[in-house]
Amino acid sequence: MSSPHPHDLDARAASFAHRHLLGIEGLTAPEINLLLDRADGYVERNRNREPASELLKGRVVVNLFFENSTRTRTSFELAARRLGGDVINMSVDGSSVKKGETLIDTAMTLNAMHLDVLVVRHQESGAPKLLADKVNCAVINAGDGSHEHPTQALLDALTIRRHKGSLKGLTVAICGDILHSRVARSNIHLLNAMGATVRGVAPPTLLPSAAERLGLEVHHRMETGLKDVDIVMMLRLQQERMQGQYLPSVREFFRFYGLDYEKLKLARPDALIMHPGPMNRGVEIDSQVADDIHRSVILEQVELGVAVRMACLEVLTMWSGPGNG
Amino acid sequence: MTNAAVTTRTAYVNARLLDPATGLDAPGALLVEGTRIADLGPGLFQGAVPEGVAVVDCDGACLGPGLVDLRARTGEPGFEHDETLLTASQSAAAGGITAFAALPNTDPVIDDVAGLEFIARRAREVKLVKIFALGALTKETAGKELTEMGLLAEAGAVGFTDGISPVADPLIMRRALSYGSVWGKVIMQRPEEPRLAGGAMNAGEIATRLGLPSIPRMAEIIMLERDLRLVEMTGGRYHAANISTAESVEVVRRAKAKGLDVTCDTAPPYFALTEVDVGDYRTFFKLSPPLRDEMDRRAIVAGLADGTIDAVTSDHQPHDQDSKRVPFNQAAFGAVGFETLLPLVLELAHKGAMPILKALAAVTATPARILGLPLGRLAKGQAADFVLFDPDRPWKVEADRLLSKSKNSCFDKRPVQGMVLRTVVDGRTVFQRPD
Repeated sequence: MSSPHPHDLDARAASFAHRHLLGIEGLTAPEINLLLDRADGYVERNRNREPASELLKGRVVVNLFFENSTRTRTSFELAARRLGGDVINMSVDGSSVKKGETLIDTAMTLNAMHLDVLVVRHQESGAPKLLADKVNCAVINAGDGSHEHPTQALLDALTIRRHKGSLKGLTVAICGDILHSRVARSNIHLLNAMGATVRGVAPPTLLPSAAERLGLEVHHRMETGLKDVDIVMMLRLQQERMQGQYLPSVREFFRFYGLDYEKLKLARPDALIMHPGPMNRGVEIDSQVADDIHRSVILEQVELGVAVRMACLEVLTMWSGPGNG
Repeated sequence: MTNAAVTTRTAYVNARLLDPATGLDAPGALLVEGTRIADLGPGLFQGAVPEGVAVVDCDGACLGPGLVDLRARTGEPGFEHDETLLTASQSAAAGGITAFAALPNTDPVIDDVAGLEFIARRAREVKLVKIFALGALTKETAGKELTEMGLLAEAGAVGFTDGISPVADPLIMRRALSYGSVWGKVIMQRPEEPRLAGGAMNAGEIATRLGLPSIPRMAEIIMLERDLRLVEMTGGRYHAANISTAESVEVVRRAKAKGLDVTCDTAPPYFALTEVDVGDYRTFFKLSPPLRDEMDRRAIVAGLADGTIDAVTSDHQPHDQDSKRVPFNQAAFGAVGFETLLPLVLELAHKGAMPILKALAAVTATPARILGLPLGRLAKGQAADFVLFDPDRPWKVEADRLLSKSKNSCFDKRPVQGMVLRTVVDGRTVFQRPD
């Protein structure tokens, strides 16, 4: 017999027993590795500009975005096209929707169209779960409220893995607006599952309650939080989600929590700088640091995002039968 | 003999009489004449029931005072798609509740005499259980201006509250407690500092994992402590509704020890459920105050057992499906509670937290006393408002089968013990369980 074909379904179907990808919480290390391994293969294919595969030929992927997004939506769209799938983009302005009925209605409408994958972004935590309960296709959470953004954490992990070889044993500092960040939550779950040490560096007003219970070593100052870390992961200050005042001023935030060369000195000399984008330059990150080609992997994160999403689309459509919960 | 002058007489025999107010727990019988209890006791009808008296054989079932519910929301006027006074009454009757006080959170708000009279008229038309109205404490429950408390009291308001909206302004609360003391009605407040409470569930690990904005316990405790200081200052009469945290129990305990005229209640979710039940964004568990943790739940049970918490209310909050089948943060707060009140209160007794009479007192005599109503007890001359129930019969809550117009129960599928068999109001059977 030949060696296992990359698309040998039966062999690995059992190792990813989820119908949807709603979050990182609940995924095991082998499941995460499986997605990262698949994604790794796609990175080279994309770089070599190989023609699109026919893996998703005839399959329909719908990007349903209730919140503005350019990079994530484009990334999913490209991923689906690279796999030969048909993509439909639906953008719904969350504010014009008359709240919830529409969400269920939309789900039922889409259901009638026989989709294969529904990629959802929504401003409310739990919205993809609500949809997943109603539709007959795989649902990928492309970011929900302050809950999770699983493909972002996976692409972050892939970026780290490609630079550091492994996640195990690394110390990662996640800095800034952890309270409002779905990226932070997904990364905390993923990094803990993979054996990394995770620090959260933020003023107390931007930390959720009981944050340490999620496996976060909490620091309130960059001076201690960045000490000897392997990875500095900056978060976007989400002022649009803030109700009331969390900080005296952006200027003060940048002074104490913005990443600049001075603070970066505390990290290991080979520490990587990451940011999920879009960046607020001069708010959480100094422009020069962000653009430092020796330290910053921010654009690579974007590049690997396509490969990670290809892996997710592949695994959910090919490897996961309807019987798998 | 002409029938017109004859008063109907019905004997309920072979019952286990339970009256928390007098501590009565004995096999016996009860005689209803017209709308009143004519007699009751273990010795009654030892020989035989006299001729001309209808007989209901209770077959050993418990016969206790009808439940008096301190606070319940109905949808009428304004939210009839959630609940009408008719469906609320049917649901209450099925739950063994013979009287409830309706919250003023309707549209329009019950903040004037006309609104109060509307409720009274509709209650007369529906004519199932007794419906009393709680008047709004402030106009439109906006927390800015006091309502005409004197006129409302005179027109029959049994108490004053802004219901689901706490009165945040300390000066308004101070004046309400002070001025309100003239009218002898209770001032009820569900304490929660709104500036600290702009969230969807209890603050803690679960809210953080779910990425939901959260409501800290302190939002409740701070306002409760503030209000109790205002009671101390004014000598007003205050009732804290729906308390949910361990520290709230402690705070009320201290206030009572000081001799303040203070009472409080909780609702079944706070002694039967915890925030863990929210699970994966289950909106039927989105309540206000939010479900807390296991330590709080235990403290609420302990507070009920030692009498710090005086009463248990249904906290009935009907919401149609559309307001619950949305993302958690957008979902409405609250759950229906009429039909699950009795079995969940009995659960306290079944689990050994307190004797059955004490558990029943929290839903009968005590809430009646708080509202100043001559109800909630079995005694000669009292209105014949009572409930027949089997305290042990097991059943499973099926939300779809509840009589409330809205089915948003947070106890759906829960196995419970204790079933209402018949509910009698003013001598009339308003609910009878089909065999």
